[in-house]
Amino acid sequence: MRYGLGLRALRLMLRLLVLTILGFVLLPSVVVIIAAFSDRSILAFPPTGFSWRWFARALAYEDFQSGFRNGVIVMAWASSIALVIGSGVAIALHRYSFTGSRLLQAMLLAPLVVPHFTLGLGCLILAAQLGVARTMGLVVATHVVLVLPFVLRSVYVSLRNLDGRLEQAAASLGAPPGRVLWTVTLPLLAPGLAGGWLFAAILSFNEFTASLFVTAQRTQTLPVAMYNYVREYADPTMAALAAIYIAVTALLLLVANRFLGLGRVLAIDHGH
Amino acid sequence: MATEAVRLDGVTRRFGAMVALHEAWLKVRHGEFLTLLGPSGCGKTTLLNLIAGFLAADGGEIFIEGALVTATPVWQRDIGMVFQNYALFPHMDVARNVAYGLATRGVNKAEAAQRVAEALALVKLTGMAGRRPRELSGGQQQRVALARALVIRPKVLLLDEPFSALDRNLRGAMQVELKEIQQRLGITTIFVTHDQGEALSMSDRVAVMSAGRIHQVGTPEEVYRRPADRFVAGFVGDVNRLPARLLGREGDTAQVAAGACHFTVPAAPLAGLAPGAAVELFLRPEQLAPAPAGGPALLEGVVVARVYQGDRMELHLEAAGVPGRVLLRLPGHAPGVGEHGSHLAVQAQPQPDAMAFPPTT
Repeated sequence: MRYGLGLRALRLMLRLLVLTILGFVLLPSVVVIIAAFSDRSILAFPPTGFSWRWFARALAYEDFQSGFRNGVIVMAWASSIALVIGSGVAIALHRYSFTGSRLLQAMLLAPLVVPHFTLGLGCLILAAQLGVARTMGLVVATHVVLVLPFVLRSVYVSLRNLDGRLEQAAASLGAPPGRVLWTVTLPLLAPGLAGGWLFAAILSFNEFTASLFVTAQRTQTLPVAMYNYVREYADPTMAALAAIYIAVTALLLLVANRFLGLGRVLAIDHGH
Repeated sequence: MATEAVRLDGVTRRFGAMVALHEAWLKVRHGEFLTLLGPSGCGKTTLLNLIAGFLAADGGEIFIEGALVTATPVWQRDIGMVFQNYALFPHMDVARNVAYGLATRGVNKAEAAQRVAEALALVKLTGMAGRRPRELSGGQQQRVALARALVIRPKVLLLDEPFSALDRNLRGAMQVELKEIQQRLGITTIFVTHDQGEALSMSDRVAVMSAGRIHQVGTPEEVYRRPADRFVAGFVGDVNRLPARLLGREGDTAQVAAGACHFTVPAAPLAGLAPGAAVELFLRPEQLAPAPAGGPALLEGVVVARVYQGDRMELHLEAAGVPGRVLLRLPGHAPGVGEHGSHLAVQAQPQPDAMAFPPTT
């Protein structure tokens, strides 16, 4: 009996602990979302009334609109370019052991330890040295460097899980390497590729520190536009935008999870 | 046709300092079912991968249908391969799996559809064309893999331990079926296994391998009854190794004595030994029998186990001077013979397939 009681108490404590951690993680987001519905023009908590007006202002604010557009463009280009490069490098690293392959691997995973501001600053200095203007191209290039390790990782792990005998089987049936890649390797890697792209896209869209260095007024992405806004105003528009941000990202992830989950069921069962 | 279906001329393959295959010479005849048999790590899978082209040879030449293919890539060798885990494409249904090799060959849709249907009928999977591999049982996946390899009408069919993942009953049924299909199509087949029972029951010829070398190539009967060396004798089937003495040689045969019995054995393995030298006599369990009272005995021992096998009875004996146990295999259930713990005198059947080899040093 005592054993049962002790176990039940332990379980209760564990549940409380989980709830506390969840609360701790979610609290800032919850505060921001609640503050977004404030009726006063000061960012304060708790709010005294309820209104949608800050959402309307956030959506109508021109810098946010252009920031959103820029962000989407940069996101799409950077993740797609990183996906192509990352897949190529991952396949090369997986298949061949060449001189410097380990070094290349280490270098490509380096941005995980190099702070973003270092990267942003570096890209800025390089661009200045080469006489490159602060264009979208520069922002995209910086973001490619930023997200490449994540894409590489994702594709590399998928490759490791791919049964090499499937490619051998295709070759034995008369398929040259290019055909094997298109008809067997890539279709089976699709969930990994999609996952890597999505991760890169979210990372790119949210990236602030490096973007701050390499963007100009014309090319600023949404997080940079938000930063500039906060320096001038202190109304709940920011909170409203943050709430939209959270909602959209969550929705995207839900859709992606459903899609990728389905994709896994349909395409992947090399579970031996 | 004068040429062999597959010929290996001194093919060698190394992995680093380890020689995985040492100068393999082998001729596989047209329409033959040849098995590469050996323990794991003996080089049989390396040999198969060299024929398929998944590995490059470090020395020697490989010919398929008389054409030199040593440097030909896998996809141009015109082989059919069945993998141990079947390696079916999980993102394609059964029909597309089977049609894959036809698509790479540019066979037109109508002909491909007909050949796929024929191949599926051949392996008794008609009606399964729309299924995904993961919806199939192990035996069905095996059939799809076989159909996929056969539909391209390859010059040689390669099978890498295809039955190892199946349970015992299914394995037996699939063995019979594969043999039937192979004979009906008359396709040259090279089969890799470590299961000597499988090798003996299915093959036209068996190549017994160990430590990167082919020890003997022969029919199952030759390999079982006239093993070329002590490895083959010990690996193919069970065998009793008894201490014996060389009496003398006469042409191709030699006389050896063990206990109170004399045996005639092939002389070749005993070359260089003087009369009186110690040798090891190899006798199969089914060639031993209880000795009649008072008759000359090969050995005497104590029965330590009686193992009932349905159609036969196995007796395990411990005998003085014999390392390990002596195994007897008696037909029927041998009532009243060799009760547990009893003493038993053993002799050999008349004219046994006895072999003798120099003792290991």
